[in-house]
Amino acid sequence: MNNIIAMPMIIPLLTGIILVFLRHNTKTQRVLSILSSIATVAVSLVILHQIQQEGILRLDFGGWLPPYGILFVADSFSMLLVATTSIVTGILLIYAFSSIGQQFEHMFFYPFVFFLVAGVNGSFLTGDLFNLFVCFEVMLLSSYVLITMGGRKVQLIESIKYVTINVLSSWFFLMGIAYLYGTIGTLNMAHLSVRIAEVGQGPLLTVISLIFLIVFSLKAGLLLYFWLPGSYSAPPTVIAALFGALLTKVGMYALFRVFTLIFYHEPIITHTAIGVMAILTMIGGSVGALAYNDIRKIVSYNVVIAVGFILAGLAISTEVAFQGAIYYLIHDMIVKALLFLLAGTMIYLTGKTKIEEMSGLIRNYPALGWLFFITMLSLAGIPPLSGFIGKVFIGQGAIESGSFALLIVAFASGIFVLYSLLRIFLNCFWGETIINEDDDVPLKKGMLVPCILFAIMTVAIGIGVEGLAPYVSDAARTLMNPEIYIEAVLQGNR
Amino acid sequence: MKINDVILQTVTKIVVFIILTFGVELFLSGHNNPGGGFIGGLVLSSAFVLLYLVHDIETVHKGIPFDFKKIAALGAFLAVGTGIGSALFGKHFLTQAAGHFTLPVFGETELSTVLVFEAGVALTVVGVVVTIISTISEDV
Repeated sequence: MNNIIAMPMIIPLLTGIILVFLRHNTKTQRVLSILSSIATVAVSLVILHQIQQEGILRLDFGGWLPPYGILFVADSFSMLLVATTSIVTGILLIYAFSSIGQQFEHMFFYPFVFFLVAGVNGSFLTGDLFNLFVCFEVMLLSSYVLITMGGRKVQLIESIKYVTINVLSSWFFLMGIAYLYGTIGTLNMAHLSVRIAEVGQGPLLTVISLIFLIVFSLKAGLLLYFWLPGSYSAPPTVIAALFGALLTKVGMYALFRVFTLIFYHEPIITHTAIGVMAILTMIGGSVGALAYNDIRKIVSYNVVIAVGFILAGLAISTEVAFQGAIYYLIHDMIVKALLFLLAGTMIYLTGKTKIEEMSGLIRNYPALGWLFFITMLSLAGIPPLSGFIGKVFIGQGAIESGSFALLIVAFASGIFVLYSLLRIFLNCFWGETIINEDDDVPLKKGMLVPCILFAIMTVAIGIGVEGLAPYVSDAARTLMNPEIYIEAVLQGNR
Repeated sequence: MKINDVILQTVTKIVVFIILTFGVELFLSGHNNPGGGFIGGLVLSSAFVLLYLVHDIETVHKGIPFDFKKIAALGAFLAVGTGIGSALFGKHFLTQAAGHFTLPVFGETELSTVLVFEAGVALTVVGVVVTIISTISEDV
């Protein structure tokens, strides 16, 4: 019995509920938010450590044994993501304190951030496909609220697209679950894996797996990313950063889980499809990142490129490639949050969104300029920063398995990422300054500190990658060998 | 033009209590028969919606001075709370307990923590439904 592994979901949920009662008490809301974030981070790190000692942990809700009950399963992969989510949210909350404004704080901003985190952590932890659907919905409902909060016209326009596409994909998800339950008769992921291995993944099951591929691709922004750049550039900075850092990652996690644990018998069909989609995503994302002059659009298309890059690791499907993908997932959550914060801060300081309208910001705000520089290098994968190690491992995996098309596109997309961010850097930070000393908007400390914290994290992960290595290699080993997961969940009661 | 709705208002005064009683009946019969917190909550909230339709929002708020958003939160708190309660007693998260008690009026009764959980669900449903309805009506 490990009640502790429900805590990364329960703590945010309970915090969110309590904060509803403290609607008009901004100070208490802030203090409680930070305390709860710290508690979640601490709990996730403890669990992560415990997994290394005792193997995969599971918690049967209400004591109902699998495959009958619903359960949470914590392995290294999910706990790495839960821990990163909790840390990223905590730091983003600090940025929110100085930027989001009273109006949002009174309109249940903090509760819904915590409900979102509860949904995200629940999706990472659950061991049941229907429960995954429920956690997805918890996350999506909160994101609907957050994207429309404030009610500006552009937000409402984008939220209609966002809500429609997500309701549609949730419907597909439910349909896929119904098909799967009708064919296999279970929804426990480990039990599904066992039964599919027994009956073989025939054409029917492969088609069902493709439904799941479509659903999670919509959520992750793999190829079906048309909704993403618009809706990620509409809401306020913190919310956009939260979305950019967390939401697509949940879709990616689901893809990894489903296509390594359940549908891994027909890689020629499913994994090839993922590979082709990843290539197209990287190409499309690169084109988008170069085509736009709106800084928020460029940043959003960078999210798309990263989705393609990480799922290239899933398409290759070797242990080394999985390691690379996991490193890159963690790196991407941190650096994308940082990138969105920096872009939002630039817009806040200048009041402009187009890159050709800004110039010479580094003279007024040197710290911001250097932070952007670090972010750019980190995203481009320059060593000692955190993007490097993921790229190396995915590259190594691609060469070992002979997927040269993926290799070339993946590394070319890195160059496009660098170029698209260099455009922002050259246009906005270099050159003659457009802001004269008098109407210089001061850069608030509360905005700078979170960015610095993220920058420290990307450097720390890059340099201290040895410390992370045992966790990541354990996670990749579990993904590569589904029987470890199955054994931990079912423990012989098949 | 003011619509004359004396008949509707008079009927509602009685019907609301029938609906509320039926809601509670559904809620209590939940565990072993069709019903439960969600359905009971929906029926209970339909009584409030009927009140909103017959009278205007201000009158109803004067009679029922609750913030329904907080009721929803209270319900969610109860539901999560029973889960955590079981964890505090060293059982699996969300484990429920039940026991037989002899109560003054009801005689021998089975009481269970599921009741608290379901009450939480019912309150959440009532809070959310009424909030949605009153929000929509404010826009028009």
